[in-house]
Amino acid sequence: MSAISEEGVPRRQLIYRHRLVVRVTHWINVLCITVLLMSGMQIFNAHPALYLGQRSHFDSPVLAMRQAPDTDDNPVGVTTILGHDFTTTGVLGVSRENGASVERGFPSWATLPSFQDLATGRRWHFFFAWLFVANGLVYLAWSLASGHLRELVPNRDQLRHIGASIWEHMRLKFPRGDEARHYNVLQKLAYFGIALVVLPLLVLAGLAMSPGIDAAFPWLVDILGGRQTARTIHFVCATLVVLFILVHLAMVLISGVFNNLRSMITGNYVIQPEEKSDAR
Amino acid sequence: MRVDKGFDRRGFLKRAFVLGGTLVLAGCDQLSSADWFRRMLFRAESLTRTTQRAILGPNDMAREYSEADISPDFKPNGSIDPQDEDYLALSANGFQDWRLKVGGLVERPMEWSLADLRAMPSRTQITRHDCVEGWSCIGKWKGVPLKALLDQVGLKPEARYIVFYCADTLEQTLAGGAKYYESLGLPDAEHAQTILAYEMNGGTLPVAHGAPLRLRVERQLGYKMAKYVMRIEAVADFSAIDGGQGGFWEDRGYEWYAGI
Repeated sequence: MSAISEEGVPRRQLIYRHRLVVRVTHWINVLCITVLLMSGMQIFNAHPALYLGQRSHFDSPVLAMRQAPDTDDNPVGVTTILGHDFTTTGVLGVSRENGASVERGFPSWATLPSFQDLATGRRWHFFFAWLFVANGLVYLAWSLASGHLRELVPNRDQLRHIGASIWEHMRLKFPRGDEARHYNVLQKLAYFGIALVVLPLLVLAGLAMSPGIDAAFPWLVDILGGRQTARTIHFVCATLVVLFILVHLAMVLISGVFNNLRSMITGNYVIQPEEKSDAR
Repeated sequence: MRVDKGFDRRGFLKRAFVLGGTLVLAGCDQLSSADWFRRMLFRAESLTRTTQRAILGPNDMAREYSEADISPDFKPNGSIDPQDEDYLALSANGFQDWRLKVGGLVERPMEWSLADLRAMPSRTQITRHDCVEGWSCIGKWKGVPLKALLDQVGLKPEARYIVFYCADTLEQTLAGGAKYYESLGLPDAEHAQTILAYEMNGGTLPVAHGAPLRLRVERQLGYKMAKYVMRIEAVADFSAIDGGQGGFWEDRGYEWYAGI
């Protein structure tokens, strides 16, 4: 029910939207995922190519970033995806580092550390991978125990009206009033997909790259299609995480950045009243 | 009053984003070289090692493959053609004068020629070689189990690590350069698949892959598998050897435990 002021006009209402565990694990995730993405690109740069199968088929990568041959005078960056070449000079394959164009997969501003240093990149990656997994397990355990997980599963009615929801999002019209108290169907699908499908798969594919884990659990690398396929899955999942973050940040900005930030820091969120013209 | 002027949210966010991003990037590079921070990051390695040792049984084997899986283009890495004088002299007459010396904290220091090693019981395995850079190649290796040699020399009770000294200088410095070396803990040194290989893919081990003898440690990354092995030493700890971190790459920031 919307609160009605004395004059009969619906008014803004403050609700408690995000519980403490969600807020804390969210911000730890922000830190971990930022570091993991950037140090992951550092590690990728040590051999900027992906393959399918157990071993590297060096002459048929599914993705490769490199400097085009014989372009030392004026370096050209080429990214090859499934056999198709794209010129990506300045960003992928060739980019500027300390004022000079050099061959490197991802550019200096995207990697951690910014300079080529695989050893340090791995140190960052594995430290924050442990923190990320511990944080994720806390979130999942709490979500199961508290029933939060169920809030991420769309109900049949929501799924039936998914078309309308997509149309409203495209027009940048977001739920107001009572509807804004719960995740809408697109939020549910996005959060469920990232938290329970993409991120767990990403972690498993990461583990499958470890020769120690492979000896302990040989089935893990087999169900993922081989170690090099696992590395490719790890990369694709990381790309999906980047896409998720871009959409997530865009939605946060569009639907009221300060209200959203406040709700993820203090838990409190302001619900806008339903508009008369929007009556349904 | 400030409130009345309004607040340029968009401009503020944009500036905050650019400034924040620049600070974070510069800060991360600073952190990457700060001693206290590196010590903190490096702690993850013991967590990884302890966890993997707990779930990895001493007899858990790395996956072995079939002949059909062998890489036609196994990528040699690190040193591929050592120019060290001692090594060139040995290689010039087919390593006939080469001897593998095993000593340190052992009861009976011994040495073996290549023919001696070939006469010993061998193990052949087709395994996947995972480079720290990210690529993998599959190759067939034949050699002597390291454990067989360690059993013959008899480890003293205080021996905890096995150190491998190599013939190749991988990094030339003004001081003369650093020779490659590596070390293993006993669980990996005594593992059934840990062999000193003298054959690759059915032929004599090529120089690019570590002739005359290289280490295979199948449950760890490629840089643990020292090539051009000359001497093996059992030690109680390796902090006095070179950079003190247990290996050439370890001295340059890589994990000593390379099961990940």
